Amino acid sequence: MEKITADVVIVGAGGAGLRAAIAIAESDPDLDVALISKVYPMRSHTCAAEGGAAGVKGADDSLENHFHDTVSGGDWLCDQEVVEYFVNQAPRELVQLEHWGCPWSREDDGSVAVRPFGGMKKKRTWYAADKSGFHILHTLFQTSLQFPTIKRFDEYFALELLHKNGKCRGVVAMEMRSGRFFSFQSSVVIMATGGGGQCFPFTTNGAIKTGDGMAMAYRAGVPLKDMEFVQYHPTGLPGTGILLTEGCRGEGGILVNKDGRRYLQDYGMGPETPVGEPVLKTMELGPRDRLSQAFWHEQKKGNTVETPWGDCVLLDMRHLGEKKINERLPLVRELASSYVGHDPVTDPVPVRPVIHFMMGGIDSNLNGETPMPGLFAIGETACSGLHGANRLGSNSLTDLLVSGRRSAERAAEYARKAGEIPEDPAMTAQSEDVVTAIRELLQQSGGGESIAGIRREMKSTLEEGAGIYRDEEGTLKACEKIAELRGRYGKIEVHDKSNVFNTDLQQALELRNLLDIAETVAEASLERRESRGAHQRLDHVERDDEHFLKHSLAYRQPDGRPRIDWLDVTITRSKPGVRDYSGGKSE
Amino acid sequence: MSMRQMELEVMRYDPEQDDEPHFQSYSVPCEDDWAILDALNYVKENIDTTLAYRWSCHMMVCGSCGMMVNGEPSLTCKTFIRDLPDKVRIEPLENFPIERDLVVVLDDVMEKLRMAKPFIIRHDEPPPEDQEYTQSRAALYKFKQYTMCVNCMCCYAACPQYALDSSFIGPAVLALAHRYNIDSRDQGKSERLDLLADHDGVWECSFVGACSEVCPKSVDPAAAVQQMKIDGAKEWWKQKLGGGKS
Repeated sequence: MEKITADVVIVGAGGAGLRAAIAIAESDPDLDVALISKVYPMRSHTCAAEGGAAGVKGADDSLENHFHDTVSGGDWLCDQEVVEYFVNQAPRELVQLEHWGCPWSREDDGSVAVRPFGGMKKKRTWYAADKSGFHILHTLFQTSLQFPTIKRFDEYFALELLHKNGKCRGVVAMEMRSGRFFSFQSSVVIMATGGGGQCFPFTTNGAIKTGDGMAMAYRAGVPLKDMEFVQYHPTGLPGTGILLTEGCRGEGGILVNKDGRRYLQDYGMGPETPVGEPVLKTMELGPRDRLSQAFWHEQKKGNTVETPWGDCVLLDMRHLGEKKINERLPLVRELASSYVGHDPVTDPVPVRPVIHFMMGGIDSNLNGETPMPGLFAIGETACSGLHGANRLGSNSLTDLLVSGRRSAERAAEYARKAGEIPEDPAMTAQSEDVVTAIRELLQQSGGGESIAGIRREMKSTLEEGAGIYRDEEGTLKACEKIAELRGRYGKIEVHDKSNVFNTDLQQALELRNLLDIAETVAEASLERRESRGAHQRLDHVERDDEHFLKHSLAYRQPDGRPRIDWLDVTITRSKPGVRDYSGGKSE
Repeated sequence: MSMRQMELEVMRYDPEQDDEPHFQSYSVPCEDDWAILDALNYVKENIDTTLAYRWSCHMMVCGSCGMMVNGEPSLTCKTFIRDLPDKVRIEPLENFPIERDLVVVLDDVMEKLRMAKPFIIRHDEPPPEDQEYTQSRAALYKFKQYTMCVNCMCCYAACPQYALDSSFIGPAVLALAHRYNIDSRDQGKSERLDLLADHDGVWECSFVGACSEVCPKSVDPAAAVQQMKIDGAKEWWKQKLGGGKS
């Protein structure tokens, strides 16, 4: 097996991975960066983010406001020193992107425009029409091309972490084109592989989002934090799960039920605001968890609209007019027209909640450091404690930048101290073990289980047991079922035996990653016997700060099942209070 | 939702097994709102797990799923079966070496992307780190269209010049260079001139316009190339007469 050494290995070349790579290349050209990605960087799922990136901009706004919106939006499960750092750094990072050429939308005076977003008290979401993530990703990718010390390994699929005496030592990856295996040896690995929405049946997440980095860290003994907090975005297209940005509502779109009623006023987000004049932190500009939960209740009451793709509510944007829709929401118009045949200029668009984002991830801190020295985690794959129990829309794109740069600084420092990578037969042996296991997987046959079959069962299990509302019985059943599926996984058969671009094998390995993280989602959902943010329990309906103002930590046990432990939340200056989206406090 | 039985004729090629590509037929029960990509996913999940193709976002932005559909370079997530006959032929993008089945080798264009210097180049100091450039909406709209490229490579599959000579820089990369040339924040136009004025650059484009016709994101690379020819000629004269790079 070929060995490649690098001062820093970054796994994942989406927004976070690219931002980290650039930061290292800019600050220290003596450090070699190996940037590994299972897809070409511009395919990374950052491209699908639409609405924008939050950072305080206007003179009427303050870092304090952004801090409080984020902490209350996260139902006080945020680590407040992380939030503090994040809101402080956010504007600088967004300006940096502007300097790199990001085509941000503009105000009349030529300054960067900001739009309202859910749960935000002020307009502070920087946007590039409704393709903000796409433009951020391409700006970062293109900017990265000027740095010769960033060596890319495109379409290399990372398989397992290498580690010794509790320290990170690299990662093993497979080149898709050749099926060859590579042992990337380094004292620093930055994990930037995104989330794992693909463990649910109905998601805005692309096919590539299979929780690879989370699962690799988990199997290497690093805990996954707050995995029970999975965000449903309230406005996905039925059938495909395609995202229609929160920007639709930021620009003035309204949500109505089958009777044309703006039902959000019935769920503590009223009073009703005038159509086309959105009021911050009220009605349609409430946070995503609350809006998705309101849908669930409307569905129970029989107030949803029946469509060929199931129950929906309607997102009405007609009053915005064609000009504004074309200027601010052109992709939304194209997506809704193409995939469900409803042009938002002339028709209300059917929508429903859809899995969008994992607040949880690899246990990390504001420097991106994890409990394993040398392993860093950033972006969606990490859980630094920034988003708490519910992420506010437009905080995650900014997080890619802030956590990307910050971790790069620390990782570079760590790499300089670690110095040369020593020749170590143990690491080579560990790498060979990974390859042996994969060759065995390729050879096994006759077990009778299929990859697609187990994947389908896993997805429906999570949707049923760990969806918008949960309870003891349902989550327990989900835990048992996923453990069973993990057992049956041993009997799958990979039919494709080719070394060249073997997607059958890749899907088998991705399924293993998904099963690992799905089990942590179910188990943490079972153990958190309270309701907070995106985690709502029908049998424990109140938030319980006395027992659960804590992060959950899922550790993998020798038998493969997770064990849940708890970690205190860092509270600095905002004591847990009431989340208020009733319009009274917005300005 | 009604169903329709479609016949997919899919090009298969595994360099470890096959001397040359061949077609394999799959009969797929399609829902009438499906895109071709959904039909391929049906095959992969239910009929033949060995079929290899790239895809991810299923919403027209990641650019992974470019293929030939009935001879047309297409983004398969936005090529709907309602617009197609019952029998559809799916092949890898033309003008690229086949890596496996519907997956093509993209090394050439990936390397050309770097040659375009697709990043802001400044000779003057940029504004301080807490201050953005001012850019009017008019200045933004001048180049905005050229930022929309998803690198799906459909334009390369359609380009007759690239088919003849793969050293031609090609539509998407030229459009990208142009995007930075006309961004009011950039000052690197003269540094990108070599790429354009070279024998592989804009002058090789025969302006058939096939690239713009197939572009799923309406980027219109042909227009970029034409504008660059004009800009390039001006710049060339300026350098001749001015005795140096401007």
